[in-house]
Amino acid sequence: MEVYLDNSATTRCFEEVAQLTHKILCEHYGNPSSMHHKGVEAEQYVRDARETLAKILKVNEKEIFFTSGGTESDNIALIGTAMANHRRGRHLITTQIEHPAILQTMAYLHNQGFEVTYLPVDRQGRISLKDLERAVRQDTILVSIMHTNNEIGSLQPIGEAGPLIKKCNPQTLFHVDAVQGFGKFHIYPKKMQIDMLSVSAHKIHGPKGVGLLYLREGAKVNPVIYGGGQQKGMRSGTENVAGSAGIALAAKMMYQNLDRDMEGMYGLREMLISGVSQIEDVKINGCPGREGAAHIVSLSVRGVRSEVLLHALEEQGIYVSAGSACAAHKPQPSATLKAIGVEKDLLESTIRLSLSVFTTREEIEYTVQALCEMVPMLRKYTRH
Amino acid sequence: MYKSFLIKYAEIGVKGKNRYLFEEALVRQIKYALKKSEGEFAVRRTDGRIYVDALTEFDYDETVENLQKVFGISGICPVVHVEDEGFEKLGEAVVRYLDDVYPDKHKTFKVAARRARKNYPLDSMEINMELGGIVLDAYPEMRVDVHKPDILLHVEIRDMIYLYSEIIPGPGGMPVGTGGKAMLLLSGGIDSPVAGWMIAKRGVKIDAVYFHAPPYTSERAKQKVVDLARKVAAYTGPIYLHVINFTDIQLYIYDKCPHDELTIIMRRYMMRIAEHIARQTECLGLITGESIGQVASQTMHSLAATNEVCTMPVYRPLIGFDKMEIVEVSEKIDTYETSILPYEDCCTIFVAKHPVTKPNLNIIRKHEQNLQEKIEELVEAAIAGEELIVVR
Repeated sequence: MEVYLDNSATTRCFEEVAQLTHKILCEHYGNPSSMHHKGVEAEQYVRDARETLAKILKVNEKEIFFTSGGTESDNIALIGTAMANHRRGRHLITTQIEHPAILQTMAYLHNQGFEVTYLPVDRQGRISLKDLERAVRQDTILVSIMHTNNEIGSLQPIGEAGPLIKKCNPQTLFHVDAVQGFGKFHIYPKKMQIDMLSVSAHKIHGPKGVGLLYLREGAKVNPVIYGGGQQKGMRSGTENVAGSAGIALAAKMMYQNLDRDMEGMYGLREMLISGVSQIEDVKINGCPGREGAAHIVSLSVRGVRSEVLLHALEEQGIYVSAGSACAAHKPQPSATLKAIGVEKDLLESTIRLSLSVFTTREEIEYTVQALCEMVPMLRKYTRH
Repeated sequence: MYKSFLIKYAEIGVKGKNRYLFEEALVRQIKYALKKSEGEFAVRRTDGRIYVDALTEFDYDETVENLQKVFGISGICPVVHVEDEGFEKLGEAVVRYLDDVYPDKHKTFKVAARRARKNYPLDSMEINMELGGIVLDAYPEMRVDVHKPDILLHVEIRDMIYLYSEIIPGPGGMPVGTGGKAMLLLSGGIDSPVAGWMIAKRGVKIDAVYFHAPPYTSERAKQKVVDLARKVAAYTGPIYLHVINFTDIQLYIYDKCPHDELTIIMRRYMMRIAEHIARQTECLGLITGESIGQVASQTMHSLAATNEVCTMPVYRPLIGFDKMEIVEVSEKIDTYETSILPYEDCCTIFVAKHPVTKPNLNIIRKHEQNLQEKIEELVEAAIAGEELIVVR
């Protein structure tokens, strides 16, 4: 049995999305900038995609920009804001548990002379609004907070944060990295007073190499990539027509029955958590209940190194990740786990299981059983 | 501009009656290396020399790089071909050649002519003198030095006239295949690829064995070893990599033996298995990357303990090297960056905090008795389950 539980790393592409992108790549392969019919036809795909996504987010089509993925969207949001507003202020705010796409970009801006405040999180991985309120200053040009944490699935109070930031400083821009949250939750930037939002296609059963940036009309942000002036000069480069159509269709499919699907996923997550909780000395990180995302379970298994557990599960056909796949090839322990106060012994004994709409009850049962059998065996052999 | 290469070889020149065997091996290895270059080449042996002639357009840099990986080559001379259109034209060609190769003319030189075609109107001495004069007229900054010239310009009169003066250093050593075959214990660290490379340099063909321990070591650790083998294979030709699953043996030792002796006992079994495979594949020795005192399992005492289990010679070319010296070679042969990728190998996963550094052979043997019940069966199963990867 093959059980793919690494959906926060990437997901299987929806068959329909793959077919659509294939059709566009092979038949409607025109350049949207071309004057002829082939170009017009391609442009129509991009327009339709923009329209679909604008509807889902309840924003204006003009505010949707296609990028190469979550990392690029985050980079434009951060660097673009910093470049456009540095005369007004040089203070940025984010959290300690952001994805490297945010943390590393912030580190770069810090080296460029910007001041960065990192908000701490509690044991559940949530920031406090009080901290946020205290952090926003007159020279704060940007606050960037992730919607859903990629390692432990904790959710941030985005809906309250937006109005709060604007109350403290109406000129501060608010960016949300929603790479893990989009397609799992209803996110409405206008209502939440979000100025920028990053989304990635391959986390929602779309193709890799495409993402989107919602950019509120009027928000002062410079481009990061210059060239032929496509996408109103905000993101030059020939549009990824197939990718744009792909992310739109994937998003549409995710949101079609979102509430029902999430209900099912929460059910499976609870089953998984209660199943592995039978094993002695296993700890769930983050929020095990509904305050956490439906698709992420972070598990610390005392006495078993995550890499070993990962490969042992792999032998049973179960694919999980050690901590977070994006950081897994780096030997240093995860910043997120440290920030929520996971004890030192457990930092290197943590795996992440992440579900998708394809995950079934049988797969979860099989995984729980495999873990129950394997953990005591692996604990017998340790380094000392 | 260059149309062929003259291949210089050092040691094989002195091998007496076996010389042709060495030369044939060298030609074979050169042909193999050139398969990786764009273009077609002919490799020929004439008058105790090896020439590589380009038959088509070719990528000069890539070709030189590939030739520099052929053991046995001490130097590579890029040769310019000149049509024989009279002595005057030859003089012009020589002047042009010097200008192309040596933009700075403040150098001493000597012309060394050689007539393979004896009907050429001038003899060697006359060619030397005449061409020397032409060069001095063209470039007054240049001076003749017959003893230690900066530029030794070779002019060979054949159907075509060959000009060459540069010598690009080769790797030296002897052609692979002239020295039998040995089994390298390849771990994924810095040392073992270097050890394999050094023995191969002496003309020895290399096969390798790698022990992995899933789920304790990852597939990427195995991929890393394959990548390292590929880097070494660029010099040695194809490597047969035997991958042995060592998990069950390792866990059994862990269950039955004191943990501070785990590494030594484990290594003894690795040597036994490696020797077994080596015999089956007609290898004449084992190669390891050990260096005295580098880690607990490489002290004189530990080496004696691991050495004891085999009867085949164990070659340890790095035995007297410091780590920095090993790193230097690994950088030269481009294995270093792959070696330092952070994947655990099966020697480190269960390593004790304080492993024995002076193992007592009698005690080790006694503790190995604890394994009697199942170990033979496990070793046989491990050998039977080997995965063979041919790395090119």
